[in-house]
Amino acid sequence: MSMQLSCENVTLGYEGTVVTQNLSFSVDSGSYLCIVGENGSGKSTLIKALLHLKAPVSGKITLGDGLKQKEIGYLPQQTIVQRDFPASVQEIVLSGCLNRCGLRPFYSRAEKKLAEKNMEKLRISELRNACYRFLSGGQQQRVLLARALCATQKMLLLDEPVTGLDPKAASEMYELVAKINREDGITVIMVSHDIGAAVRYATHILHLGQEPLFFGTKEDYLKSDIGRAFITTSGGDRHE
Amino acid sequence: MSEILETLTYYFSFPFVRYTLLVGVLIALCSSLLGVTLVLKRFSFIGDGLSHVAFGAIAIASVMNLTNEMLIVLPVTVVSAILLLMTGQNTKIKGDAAVALISVGALALGYLLMNLFSTSSNVSGDVCSTLFGSTSILTLTESDVWLCLVLSVLVISVFLLFYHKIFSVTFDETFASATGVRAQLYNLMIAVITAMIIVLAMNLVGSLLISALIICPALAAMRMFHSFRAVILSSAVISVVCAVAGILISILFSTPVGSTIVAADIAVFLVFWILGRVTGRSKA
Repeated sequence: MSMQLSCENVTLGYEGTVVTQNLSFSVDSGSYLCIVGENGSGKSTLIKALLHLKAPVSGKITLGDGLKQKEIGYLPQQTIVQRDFPASVQEIVLSGCLNRCGLRPFYSRAEKKLAEKNMEKLRISELRNACYRFLSGGQQQRVLLARALCATQKMLLLDEPVTGLDPKAASEMYELVAKINREDGITVIMVSHDIGAAVRYATHILHLGQEPLFFGTKEDYLKSDIGRAFITTSGGDRHE
Repeated sequence: MSEILETLTYYFSFPFVRYTLLVGVLIALCSSLLGVTLVLKRFSFIGDGLSHVAFGAIAIASVMNLTNEMLIVLPVTVVSAILLLMTGQNTKIKGDAAVALISVGALALGYLLMNLFSTSSNVSGDVCSTLFGSTSILTLTESDVWLCLVLSVLVISVFLLFYHKIFSVTFDETFASATGVRAQLYNLMIAVITAMIIVLAMNLVGSLLISALIICPALAAMRMFHSFRAVILSSAVISVVCAVAGILISILFSTPVGSTIVAADIAVFLVFWILGRVTGRSKA
């Protein structure tokens, strides 16, 4: 396994406020990293920094193993604009291929095929012409995941992917992500509130706070004081 | 029936009537294409705001006795559009408040200037025709038509070439920029063409009614259609049909051109809204 992404001594913040500092961790190809932590511990800011949408205050974020910045498949949290957006599932999934187009104004046949393949993989092919805004929460997330898969072959970055989903849809979502990680060897970085799912699926855990509280493998996390404390207070494990 | 045809043939023997129809169709087409994006981006009122800015700029131009108003109106409107559309989420004054502020500010200043330094004997007539379009569409010169033609072709080709990028930036700006689409650049592009369309459309419907031209076809289309492409196409068709109908009706019954077109747009919106309800296509 080789290093795909690493952070060295990164400090994150906005408008003069430091959210988290001395952050160092690395992600190997094919691993599954879960980022946990309280609200305001800098999880969203870290995501923005990893995606190059916002520069860190200091420190260095580097990509390795041939991963290019625009090849990170991102599953963002839903925005208000999207909730009543008139777009078909196919249109949205295809838009994930846009980073392959460059200045070409139309999608190629290969890109349409890729979108088709990813829709099949996430079992939304039959919804192809359905309108996004009439789908259930779980279906919407699968559409956005298919779009993210069109944008990447190497790394997925998921921001709270089960927010607002019912337990059944949530565990389906987790299973799909785990399957993609296992079978396609795509690295997964997931920000989550759900510590139960984190320790169940992840290989590595990053626990954020004022200072980074923990980074390491899941097994070490479960043995650590902070890990045990957090799991008890969050009452996780509802997916067991 | 033959009487109506006769009247129309008579009117269409004048070149300026033909110009009006051509310019009307082009402007309607351009504004409806962009309208879908603007409505979805929650910028329905941008047309209103920018057209008032253009009104202010016209006032300044007439005070300065400029013969070609476009020299000042177009740049001022483009700059305001960029400022408004590029502000994003992190500014102190939010998008809707900024639009409202600039809109009424420019309107007041423009009217003030026109009154203080009036060069014509009929200020209220001038103001009325700028606000409601009234007769200026029927006094288009050949160069106006050419300008409109060139700008429309530009807008339509930009829209076709960047259609997928515009979709992506409208649907999800964060994802677009995360995957290497230059979202800010496309936002800038949308801002610039919005400003150009508004300056063009001012001649047709006047600065108070431009919003209708931008949002009505888009809203009507969204009642009935569920994919981005279908919404764009039907919005363009609705807008063009309404513009043609509005212009013909205004010729036949000597009604003001701008408000007739807008009335047609509103009527179509109502029909689509009811159809959407009845057929259950706009559930949720």
